Amino acid sequence: MSDWKFMVRQLVKNPLSLIGIVIIFIFVIIAIFAPLIAPPPEGHLNHYMIPRDGYSATPQLPSEEHIFGTTEGQYDIFYGVIWGTRSAFHVGLVVIGIVLVVGIVLGSLAGYFGGVIDEIIMRITDIFLAFPALILAMAIVSALGPSLKSVIIALTVVSWPSYARLIRGDILQVREEDYIEASRGIGASNFRVIMRHALPNAIYPTVVMASLDIGAVVLAAAALSFLGLGAPEGYADWGQLTSFARNWIVGPSSDPLRYWFAVTIPGLFILFFVLGWNLLGDAFRDILDPRLARR
Amino acid sequence: MENLIRIRDLAVRFHTYEGVVHAIDDLDLDIRQGETLGIVGETGSGKTMTALAILRLIPYPGRIESGSIVFFDRDLHSEIELLKLSEDKMRSIRGNKISMVFQEPGAALNPVYTIGDQISEVFLLHRRRLLGKRANEQVDRLLRDGDGFAAGIKRPFWRWQRRLYNKIAQESNPFEPRFLSHVPLFRRLLWRLKDESKLLTVDMLKDVEIPDPARVAVHYPHELSGGMKQRAVIAMALACSPELLIADEPTTSLDVTIQAQMLELFRRIKVEKGASVLFVTHNLGVASEVCDRVAVMYAGRLCEVAGVEEIFLNPLHPYTRALLDAVPMPGKELQTIPGALADALNPPPGCRFHPRCPSAMPVCQQERPKLKEVSKDHMVACHLF
Amino acid sequence: MRRPVGAVKAVDGVSLAIKRGQWLGLVGESGCGKTTLAKTAVRLLKPTSGHIYFDIPDEVKAEIEELESLGKNSVKLTSLLKENDLATFSGSRVRLFRRRAQLVHQDPFTSLDPRMKIKNIVAEPLTIHRVLSGQARETAVKELLSTVGLSAGQLNRYPHQFSGGQRQRIAIARALATKPDFIVFDEPTSALDVSVQAQILNLLKELKSEFGLTYLYITHELLIAESVCDHIAVMYLGKVVEMAKPEEIFHKPLHPYSQSLVASTPVPDPTRRVGRIVLPGEVPSPANPPPGCTFHPRCSRASQECRELEPSLELVSNDHYVACFHPL
Repeated sequence: MSDWKFMVRQLVKNPLSLIGIVIIFIFVIIAIFAPLIAPPPEGHLNHYMIPRDGYSATPQLPSEEHIFGTTEGQYDIFYGVIWGTRSAFHVGLVVIGIVLVVGIVLGSLAGYFGGVIDEIIMRITDIFLAFPALILAMAIVSALGPSLKSVIIALTVVSWPSYARLIRGDILQVREEDYIEASRGIGASNFRVIMRHALPNAIYPTVVMASLDIGAVVLAAAALSFLGLGAPEGYADWGQLTSFARNWIVGPSSDPLRYWFAVTIPGLFILFFVLGWNLLGDAFRDILDPRLARR
Repeated sequence: MENLIRIRDLAVRFHTYEGVVHAIDDLDLDIRQGETLGIVGETGSGKTMTALAILRLIPYPGRIESGSIVFFDRDLHSEIELLKLSEDKMRSIRGNKISMVFQEPGAALNPVYTIGDQISEVFLLHRRRLLGKRANEQVDRLLRDGDGFAAGIKRPFWRWQRRLYNKIAQESNPFEPRFLSHVPLFRRLLWRLKDESKLLTVDMLKDVEIPDPARVAVHYPHELSGGMKQRAVIAMALACSPELLIADEPTTSLDVTIQAQMLELFRRIKVEKGASVLFVTHNLGVASEVCDRVAVMYAGRLCEVAGVEEIFLNPLHPYTRALLDAVPMPGKELQTIPGALADALNPPPGCRFHPRCPSAMPVCQQERPKLKEVSKDHMVACHLF
Repeated sequence: MRRPVGAVKAVDGVSLAIKRGQWLGLVGESGCGKTTLAKTAVRLLKPTSGHIYFDIPDEVKAEIEELESLGKNSVKLTSLLKENDLATFSGSRVRLFRRRAQLVHQDPFTSLDPRMKIKNIVAEPLTIHRVLSGQARETAVKELLSTVGLSAGQLNRYPHQFSGGQRQRIAIARALATKPDFIVFDEPTSALDVSVQAQILNLLKELKSEFGLTYLYITHELLIAESVCDHIAVMYLGKVVEMAKPEEIFHKPLHPYSQSLVASTPVPDPTRRVGRIVLPGEVPSPANPPPGCTFHPRCSRASQECRELEPSLELVSNDHYVACFHPL
């Protein structure tokens, strides 16, 4: 039985991983078909800006017109969460993508060559890791001005050191293996050894961490948006939506849960998105270990 | 010679993801009192599994599916069916009546305890009565010779200790020592047992020819060389004077000169302790050095069993002969065995060796050969006989 | 920040010459430095000091000999020597060297990249040195595999689907890819069963005669070396202590260590028991070798001289070298 088939079988056998895959799949469908599910109104130019139905501050309960209701400022929640899925994937994948490239390059150099290169890179990561992550991100976003782009930059800067460290550790381990020495023995250049032999064998823990992190990055982005340090006002972003609900978490004393939809619905979307990626990451981790043991 | 272990129809199977592996297939084997029996084979022969099966240490997903292993206990003058024992009773046999030495001494020793502690543990677990008796004698001596004021005060305390150790020596398992051994502060009151076990440990280390045993006993495993570690493990195994010592490739990871020392040690153990040894190895040279009888296994089945001279000077089974021819010797042409080792998942039908056998006959493919006694004490499982 | 805490002399002043077409066995126990020496011979390790001369062309050799015989310690001589010294090669010169000298590792279970198909593993040297491409490369790979006794139908499999003996064959096929002159084997059969070992050794014999190869064969088992090599060097704690033909080492060892090595090696012959010359003590740690002759603490013939001075490897009789003050 080939490797891939075994992996897929394990993935499918585990009920939790199956749930994770299904959840992510649903989100992908939502993101792709957003214009169909929540069509932007006529003449609406920037699809990512949530259409407003008035300017009243009080959220409106869910109705036929607004399936999930509206939040403060009369932004349609339904539109917001559907298009917010796209923003979430956007932020998550871009950040993780850049972080993987940077982390892998620096981590491999540090791990494979050791010595001075290793020291320099590790001290740089130390500097970045010395700051509490969210605080540093907040500082960067504040400095650059709140926008989705600054959020992406901030989260990239904050996340790459862990990846560099992780890859470095795994490369250090793989470096001692016989087949690495064997490939040097047949004359492979350092570049080839790293790219063809060391990395493919060392990459799995990183893959696991990356899939777990997509959820974490989206959560962090939502946190930043909640604090007002994220997307511009009215942008379809889950964190934004929760930030609008800030004053409406508890309603009037007679009916405290009146405006539950304002914070809960965007919250649920965040929750399931992160949950899906976490389950997927856990599933990856589980199937990697027995597979290595099967060898 | 009487039997110590009698294995009949033993079958061990591994139910793996890819299929069923017959690690041991209807094995009949005897280990006699006081003899060193060698089991020789290559990968997949089932030799290690046989050793583990006796102690019921077969790892998952393997299972002992059928058969019987009878242990003739000299002390109790009884026959014990090892495969039917409860786990508790089995534990009292492991390390005590039957003990095992593994290939990697480093793996068998716990890195966070000293050598002395680990060997003492064996005494404390299995020889409490002996330790109790010796502790008792110690206190007796104190009571007799104790003089002076300090002794007078300690007297009642000693008398209580003597009662305590007496109870342990008689294994009546009363409340006091059980209570004491669990309550942290009072556990120290049983320190005499530990003292006695330390003395016995040093004796044991001396027995396995470790130089300066008292000093080595306080060392940690990583401070010792491979040869010393293996000796320490052997000391642990011999601590309770077992009736059977199982050694699974004990010298494979050691250098040749150290191995020679070890083989000498094994020969001495056989003579001095009178224990039987089951020596598992893939090295025919080692087997000829140390064993009285040698059993050759292939693909989970027994091919040939005979005395050590018989089997090397007059090998009958084609596999045994091929194996001997394949051992590199100076001035000798190296003969190879065609083909590859039998596939564990899909072994050849009939005789497992027939695809590679130079004397294969049609019946070899159909019927499995039975173990027959061809000459005195020389058994072969082959259709040629 | 790291700093060195001490030096371990893995290989201490070893001088060896291997003739073309020779099968030299390097025998010793753990810690004697044989693996280090083997890896240095193919420049997988850089020697701390010393020179390695690999197949110097005849004209250059003649020139060097001429200059040496003139006696003068000329600048030209030193520069010639330095230019041809493998130990100082770098970059592309090393890479060229790698086409002509290869190493086969000890453990076939870890020396092949588990993520590569074996056809890529065997083809990799060809790819790196841009020797062949496309169809020609594939044909070459199939040929190599059949040379070592594997069928072409298994090209697309992964290492873990093969047995230990088969994996070692794949490693050997990879080593043969660039048609080298010199192959170093680091205990290639120690992880294999007896019958498989015999097959591999016979394969090595065939390959050597078919391709005119030169072998440096590292092993800790004297029996193997005696059976296949045409010359044996015995190492102890970083030094070569004896060098001779296999029959000489087996029947007439001159160094006490070689003698105990021969005596300690068990053979499947119950009439021949391991001798009473069981060597006492343990191999000292290479980080702290004894002074003088490194073997003297365990040697029954040690004298004061042995404790203070180091014996050098000297020719004693026909092609038989020993480093001992009191050879047997």
